[in-house]
Amino acid sequence: MPKVTVDGLELEVPAGATVLQACEMAGKEIPRFCYHERLSIAGNCRMCLVEVAPGPPKPQASCALPATEGQIIRTDTPMVKNAREGVMEFLLINHPLDCPICDQGGECDLQDQSVAYGRGTSRFEENKRAVTEKYMGPLVKTAMTRCIQCTRCVRFAEEVAGIEEVGAIGRGENMQITTYLEHAMQSELSGNVVDLCPVGALTAKPYAFEARPWELKKTPSIDVMDAVGTNIRLDSRGRAVLRALPRINDDVNEEWASDKTRHAVDGLTHRRLDKPYIRKDGKLVPASWAEAFDAIKPHWTGKAAVVAGDQVDCETMFAARELAGVSMLEGRQTGLAYDTSSLSAVNFNTTIAGIENADVILLVGSDLRREAPLVNTRIQKAVRKRGAKVFAIGPVTDLTYKVEWLGDDLSALAKAPKALADALKAAERPAIIVGGGALRYEGLHGAALAFAKKYKLVRDGWNGFNILHFAAARMGGLMLGYAHEGGIKKLATAKAGLAFFLGADEVDYGLFADSFKVYVGHHGDNGAHHADVILPGAAYSEKSGTYVNLEGRVQRGERAVFPPGDAREDWAIFRALSDVLGQRLPFDSLDALRAEMAKAVPALGVEGLVDYGWSEPSLSADVSGKIADYPIKDFYLTNAICRASETMQKCSAELVHGTHFLEAAE
Amino acid sequence: MTTITHLIKTFTLWEFIKAHLLTLKYFFKRKATINYPFEKNPLSPRFRGEHALRRYPNGEERCIACKLCEAVCPALAITIESEPRDDGSRRTTRYDIDMTKCIYCGFCQEACPVDAIVEGPNLEFATETREELLYDKTKLLENGAKWERAIAANLAADAPYR
Repeated sequence: MPKVTVDGLELEVPAGATVLQACEMAGKEIPRFCYHERLSIAGNCRMCLVEVAPGPPKPQASCALPATEGQIIRTDTPMVKNAREGVMEFLLINHPLDCPICDQGGECDLQDQSVAYGRGTSRFEENKRAVTEKYMGPLVKTAMTRCIQCTRCVRFAEEVAGIEEVGAIGRGENMQITTYLEHAMQSELSGNVVDLCPVGALTAKPYAFEARPWELKKTPSIDVMDAVGTNIRLDSRGRAVLRALPRINDDVNEEWASDKTRHAVDGLTHRRLDKPYIRKDGKLVPASWAEAFDAIKPHWTGKAAVVAGDQVDCETMFAARELAGVSMLEGRQTGLAYDTSSLSAVNFNTTIAGIENADVILLVGSDLRREAPLVNTRIQKAVRKRGAKVFAIGPVTDLTYKVEWLGDDLSALAKAPKALADALKAAERPAIIVGGGALRYEGLHGAALAFAKKYKLVRDGWNGFNILHFAAARMGGLMLGYAHEGGIKKLATAKAGLAFFLGADEVDYGLFADSFKVYVGHHGDNGAHHADVILPGAAYSEKSGTYVNLEGRVQRGERAVFPPGDAREDWAIFRALSDVLGQRLPFDSLDALRAEMAKAVPALGVEGLVDYGWSEPSLSADVSGKIADYPIKDFYLTNAICRASETMQKCSAELVHGTHFLEAAE
Repeated sequence: MTTITHLIKTFTLWEFIKAHLLTLKYFFKRKATINYPFEKNPLSPRFRGEHALRRYPNGEERCIACKLCEAVCPALAITIESEPRDDGSRRTTRYDIDMTKCIYCGFCQEACPVDAIVEGPNLEFATETREELLYDKTKLLENGAKWERAIAANLAADAPYR
């Protein structure tokens, strides 16, 4: 723990800290462009210069200088001020003065820092450098003349996204950032380079020229595109959400967000259900709320089946459960029927942050890169930084790090190959991750649990048994009892007279041919096509909701905008319907509903990680067969919001199906 | 003595004569009023009248949708929406000024980096309905076309002081 003095303030810093970190701890602001907390240190922008004694009598780059015992650091001397002004003047030599047409304007590090640390004038009279635009895919717009060569994007692509496709060519003034072959970045995280870019060289293509940061209303929210529960900030203007940006949460998403999280928001304004519909003579016709409720009334027998979709919040599921009763609830739309008697056995127990510390990881039928890109980055980090070994059972796919593929035969679980067995025996923190989709194989759940027992994956202070869900509503649904014995097929045999579908678009509606189907959702997708009555609900951006992510973390998002047209918040729909059906629900406000929900399921009342305790259900460990494929075929089109989004369709066409949108560079 | 002076002034109606002399003096002086609208007062090149959106001499509209005028407007009278035009350049799809809100402070033209939005010399734009004062992009560009010569002359005249 070296002791340093920053501007006369003496403080102790952790071993291995840099001078820049020491200054930050002392509460001094150090300007920087290339340095980023979550990336490796490059030290090439020179903006963070400070005076350090003992050392050479010149300013030093604080980001790349380790803090050592007895250092005297000064950040407020004329030398430092001059040095910063000089660096800023050099940076601005080749940076165009096109702030008015730059999308970064208003949230630009260079803009802010040139005001705070710059000289205000330039002495440069020669011609500025110009750089040709580069193509980086459907999400990243480039204006490479603005690049100040901080190489944050290069380091991100290599270290976090795990793709070595972005790099710098040339030297000095001629250095250019490029994807080498000018193809789209093959990554689910490419949107993050836009946030990382301190200038406007990389900006978001779908958001191009749409708004300025100062006109946007910022609402903290939770993402529902996958089960990670990415903490996001929804930026809205008027009634439209214009963009989603990640919020920092070290336990969940650090400060990254997947491209789907970021850019599916334009789907929120397309194909929306904005008024109730009733099916008359096989055709859906618009109706009023009262007519729609009246159409449902004759089919009400005191209980109903409820099938929850992948993006529903806990409040909606709770309201539906209170109305329809607990006997016929199901959230696993695609027909999974795994045992849910112990929630810890279907949870991601290691936690998202914890999986970084694993030293041996076995993936079973889990295409992590598509099912949970942000969990994949954690494992990528474990592999790169801590040398973790990853084994996988399933069809070979590119996970961005080195994986030892054990074939797709599930018998490998019962009789582990030698390499795996040896690695597990030597491991201190071994983990298994079973893909939520792979649970469709009979006996796999039991076999995985037996495997965990055999290799002691659950030990003191370490729980290495993980199921990886990829529906945002899954864990919340399971906590609220949205799991019917035998899955949805069994539920269909109960022949419910009335069935509610909460944004459920992946259901095989043929199973419910005899039921009166009420679709409560926000998009005119698969579910709406099969419904007898459609009640227009709110999407995740339009309601305050509680979500439980795959590790059992209860998180709350707030409402950013109002639902379109006649659409209402889902819980309010059930509250209104309950009046018509003569079974009034006991809550009139969201707060009252949450209080009721916390009474029924106390864990949902507190934000944070839920402790399910560890218990293993006794299941048959007999498993055979092969993992044929992974459940997510098209990363960009997994739910109704994505399918309605033009950006996601474009991404899918280009990145999944290989259509080329590359325009001529000149 | 003062009493005698006072008496003389009273009997000769001196105040009365003095007032008439003053009136007579102004009767022969140049008139301060003008015969508006046939005659008009001179306007400063800095006069802030009706708004106009200008174009470059080649016909390209100047406005690049940077939204600085919208941000600086203290009366929140300006509304802008923008998107990339087909050639990839940044342009407005909507540029509205609510002239009933506008307080003619001139901040918008101060903020404009490309001299696109200007307050021209026109002050005669009264309308019969309120709706006519809600200007859109077409109207503003028309204004620009109509007043370009006067505006350009004014800008040139004021340029040395900027």
